[in-house]
Amino acid sequence: MTIFAERKQLVGPGDVLAEGPYFAGENTYRDGSKIFSSRVGMAEVVGNKLVVMPFKGAYIPRVDDIVLGRVTDIGMSGWQVDICSPYPAMLPASETPMHRGRDSVRHDLRTIYGVGDLMIAQVIAFDRTRDPLLTTKGRGLGKVTSGLVARITPTKIPRMIGKKGSMITMLKKETGTDIIPGQNGVVLATGRNPDQERIAVEAIYMIEREAHTTGLTDRVKAMILERMKGTKVGE
Amino acid sequence: MGNKEKVRLIDDNGLRVDGRRLDELRPVKLEVGVLDKADGSAYIEHGRNKILAAVFGPREAHPKHIALADRAVVRCRYHMAPFSTEERKSPAPSRREQELSKVIRESLEPSIMSEYFPRSTIDIFIEVLQADAGTRCAGITSASLALADAGIPLRELVAGCAAGKIEGKVVLDLSDVEDKKGDADLPVAFMPKSNAVSLLQMDGSLNEDEFKQALDMSVNACRTIYEMQRDALRRKYHVEREETEKDEVAEVNA
Amino acid sequence: MSATHQPSPLAKLEQKTINEIILKGKRIDERGPSDYRPLTITLGPVEKANGSAQVYLGKTKVLAGVKIQTGTPFEDTPNEGILSVNAEFVPLAFPTFEAGPPDENSIELARVVDRGIRESKAIDLQKLCIEAGKKVFMVFVDIYILDHDGNLIDAAGMAALGALVNSTMQEFEVKNGEIRYKDSKMALPMQNYPVPITSVKIGNSVVVDACLEEEQVMSCRLTVTTGKNDDVCAMQKGGLGTFTPEEIKQIVSSAIQKSRDLRAQIVSKVN
Repeated sequence: MTIFAERKQLVGPGDVLAEGPYFAGENTYRDGSKIFSSRVGMAEVVGNKLVVMPFKGAYIPRVDDIVLGRVTDIGMSGWQVDICSPYPAMLPASETPMHRGRDSVRHDLRTIYGVGDLMIAQVIAFDRTRDPLLTTKGRGLGKVTSGLVARITPTKIPRMIGKKGSMITMLKKETGTDIIPGQNGVVLATGRNPDQERIAVEAIYMIEREAHTTGLTDRVKAMILERMKGTKVGE
Repeated sequence: MGNKEKVRLIDDNGLRVDGRRLDELRPVKLEVGVLDKADGSAYIEHGRNKILAAVFGPREAHPKHIALADRAVVRCRYHMAPFSTEERKSPAPSRREQELSKVIRESLEPSIMSEYFPRSTIDIFIEVLQADAGTRCAGITSASLALADAGIPLRELVAGCAAGKIEGKVVLDLSDVEDKKGDADLPVAFMPKSNAVSLLQMDGSLNEDEFKQALDMSVNACRTIYEMQRDALRRKYHVEREETEKDEVAEVNA
Repeated sequence: MSATHQPSPLAKLEQKTINEIILKGKRIDERGPSDYRPLTITLGPVEKANGSAQVYLGKTKVLAGVKIQTGTPFEDTPNEGILSVNAEFVPLAFPTFEAGPPDENSIELARVVDRGIRESKAIDLQKLCIEAGKKVFMVFVDIYILDHDGNLIDAAGMAALGALVNSTMQEFEVKNGEIRYKDSKMALPMQNYPVPITSVKIGNSVVVDACLEEEQVMSCRLTVTTGKNDDVCAMQKGGLGTFTPEEIKQIVSSAIQKSRDLRAQIVSKVN
């Protein structure tokens, strides 16, 4: 009965994490008496469970996730939405607040969302047999009309938010922007002027690059302050 | 222009044309995450082979009808650049490249936990930029790293290396001149933790004992290359150890 | 680009049945693990070809034909004739075979059979030189799959070998760089007789000469082609499963033995 991996140890596919009566958590698998990592990431021990926090990966939707997506097609009763996942999402017209139970006619739908429009939505259904279903009924959900978008690997979103929101709070405060992180790795930064938005996006990409290092919050803050000095700060 | 001179492949000291001993591997260099747009990538130099591998996926299946209901479709393309060989190679896919695309896919697919991504595809592209025998094995070594770099769940990495026979002696890791003038070539891909051979081909002439020797030689070399792969991943994702509790790491989603 | 094949058309229950029978050391058609299905080899069914052979292996049917023509040698082998092996998975052989250029399965099969013949030096290519660097004989082996019930590689390899040993060509002499054909016929100069033996892994068991259902259930296959002196001249692993090194050594050992029987059967037909 041994745990071989240390907390925050860098592990890769096939590395032994533990042997014995432990649980194989996310990104690990059990073979015989041993538990192995299946991805490159950092090992974590959570009680009796071995888990690997991966560095990179595709976005696999989960119910209740907030995501940012782009409309790619309009169908009879809704829109097809690209949420940067192997699974294209569907937003049924019945899941938008503007829908009043009328017969959905194609040109009506186009007035709500056209191809290329950006939206903030929530995943309401997803399983192995069908593509994810979205809703925009809810506070803060709906069409995005301004701001700048950053696309990072979805596994880094928790790092961008930070423990108890510490990182994202710092980002918002220092850049003066509102930042909405999609669980699918797409992040929206809206500010009063484009410079703030640009700096916020630069900070987000910096976090993605250096997610696994120490003292990151301070370094990002320093970078933002440096950039903000050279720009016209919004009034 | 046939070459009538007899080139000696093993000299009086038991050394080969490039100075290697019979059981010596060519130098191997690996680098992970070399491309920006691919989801995962790796570059390998194995002897004079220079090969780039890239992975896209899991991603939406196009066209939809190729998708499988319960797992990802794995697609693989092995291709040689026209300038990669002595004589220019036509860019059109040859029968050899089609066969190698198949056997390489079959060597990597057992390591991929494709049941995690039904109705999607995982695409593997291997481009040989410079070839010097052993390209399929080196291609597998780098493609496996590219899959890991893309964050695709794998049972373990797959390493590839060939053995062969030259001038009656079983040797490891043939170079191009040894492959052309030698007596046998045995490319192998191996997963050490599972003790599993996922690629095995042979052409030439080997008796049963020579075959066993060559198989053991290549399997052991694969173990060595496996450690090099792990090392390459470590170098890419080098982590400075966090010392204090103050680091702001998001809580683990249990 | 090579892509994962569509899944086996066998229902899970049928797969389970085959697995269970194999575990008991038996097979669905009551053969033993190292038994080949009934094998019939007919030489010369296509008289217009230089040589031909038809192989019935259980219900699998393969026809191979050999055509010999003149051509230019390759630059690096100016004294040698040329061998070319091609395989067609014709649509009439199986409901899902499509017309069109060869797919990866038929390319793989052709290349595995080719390597067996080439690496064993079955044909004495040097005897096919007419004028060094200018003119040689080219031996085209075309393999036609007529009915697919499993183990196409072995059936094709044996058909190709049969067609080659059946092959004759016009006797010739070369005078002043000109080729002059004589009235008599000569046999294609052969010096080795390679036979592929394909073993298939189902669960943890290994059987030879898989029928179609066994192939649809198998995890992987290993073809071992051996020549007359027990020298292995070609090998090919296929499928998504894996073998341990120990399993491979065992399979190679058995294949070398098995190929002796089959080689004898084919070669005896010639006389």
